[in-house]
Parts: sequence; structure tokens; C-alpha cells
Amino acid sequence: MLSKIDYININMNLITIAFYFFAALTIVFAAVVVFSKNIMHSAFSLLFTFFGVAGLYVLLSADFLAITQIMIYIGGILVLILFGVMLTTHITGVDVKSGTMGKIQLGLAGILTGVIAASLILVFKSTKWYLSESQVVNSTVNQIGKELLTNYLLAFEAASMLLLIAIVGAAFIARKNK
Amino acid sequence: MNITEIMNIGLTHYLIVSALLFSLGLYGIITRKHAVMVLMGLELVLNSANINFIAFAKYGGMNIEGHVAAIFVIILAAAEAAVALAIVLNIYQNFKHVNVDEVNKLKG
Repeated sequence: MLSKIDYININMNLITIAFYFFAALTIVFAAVVVFSKNIMHSAFSLLFTFFGVAGLYVLLSADFLAITQIMIYIGGILVLILFGVMLTTHITGVDVKSGTMGKIQLGLAGILTGVIAASLILVFKSTKWYLSESQVVNSTVNQIGKELLTNYLLAFEAASMLLLIAIVGAAFIARKNK
Repeated sequence: MNITEIMNIGLTHYLIVSALLFSLGLYGIITRKHAVMVLMGLELVLNSANINFIAFAKYGGMNIEGHVAAIFVIILAAAEAAVALAIVLNIYQNFKHVNVDEVNKLKG
């Protein structure tokens, strides 16, 4: 028989394993996105990065956000990006490779982003964040719906107008001009 | 960082993941010439911001407000991707390539 403490320990270990799995998935495939020379490989690696981020959302008990991430990012934005890649590169030719800059610029950019990453991590680790007691969350859908239609109603309507204008503008810009 | 801090997942772990994701996206934005690759870097940066929102929603007492902010970030990302891809297609029709550092004419 396992005691309650043991159950909690096993639970914590599962969460730890899941966190490191999804974090590694996210970071490794993000690195593939950025460093790969072949732009198709980058686009397909982006899928696994988005999926890893959705897994992190689940671990953070944000169920609605995880589903939204999969539906909008993987189902919408990634498909758009794939269309963009396939319409703007010659897949059959050798032009699939996307150019980068020279060695010196690459080194400078690497140093710059390395410094930014190191300072961000240092700040995140050294700051004493305000931590509230964790509360059990059942489902966030109900609360998000209520918030969107009460406190954030104006922003919600503005977002709907923005999406309408964006879709009309995108269709207008992308059509062939005669 | 000792072993219990590594094993007990807290706020800092998520923040470090998002910092790494942000830096990778920034590196992609800076170094790549292909416009769609710049967009992919941008999506990585937006995702890292979203991880921060949700992490603070769970651990920092932002509760449901963090989720709503993340939803608005996703909405803006979708709108931005649609318009940016339309502009990229238009650039390709005019220049026959989409290298962002060689697009230097407003009226070709």
C-alpha cells in the first residue's frame, strides 16, 4: 500500500518528467527552426515547438489555452507559414535553402542573443517573485468566457474588428494586381 | 541549484524555458534573410511571452487575467501572420525573392 505522501511524490515526479520532456521538445525544435539551413525543415520543426508549448500550457493547468494553441497555431498559423514557404521558394530547385549572413554578423548576433539570454535567466533566477498559494483549477473555460464578456468586453470586440480588418486587408494585399 | 530545486517544478523553470525560447526567436529574427523565417522567429518570441503569462497566471496570482492576456496575444499573432504572409506574397510577385535585406525599393 502506498501512503498519501508517496502518491504526492509520484505525482510530483510525473509532473517533473513531463515538464522536462515538453521543455526539451520546445527548446530543441526551436533550435532546429532557427539553425536549420533548409526552410522546410524549419517550418516542420515549428510544429513540434508549438506542440511542446501546448504541453507546457497543460502542465500550467491552462486547458483552454492548450487547445487554442493547437487549433490556432498548428491549424492556422503553421499552415499559413507553410503556404508562404511553398509559394515563395522554388521547391524543386536549389533555392529551398534560406540565406543567412556572413560569419562575423552571425557571431555578433550569437553573442548578442547569448548575452540577452544569460541576463534574462540571471534576472529570472535572482528575483524574489511574489508567489500566491496554488489553488485547484477545474476548468478555465467558464471563467475565461465570463471575463471576456464582462471585464474585457471592449478588448474582445476590438479584437473581432481587428480580425475582420486583417482578413479583408490580407485578401486585398495578396491578390494579383492587373 | 540543488536537486530539490531541479525536481520541484516552479515558476523559475517556466521562466527559463521562455527566456531560452525568446533568445532563439530573436537570433532567428536577426540572422535570417528569408522573410518567412523572420516570421517564424517572431512566432517563437510571441510563444515565449505567452508562456510567461500563463506561468504567472498559475504561480503569481494573476489567475484568469493571465489567460485572457494570452488569448489576446494569440489573436494578434493570427492577424499578424495573415497580413505578413500577404505582404510576403506581394513582395515575391514584384522582386521574385523574399530576402528582406534586398527589398529596398518602395515602387519597383
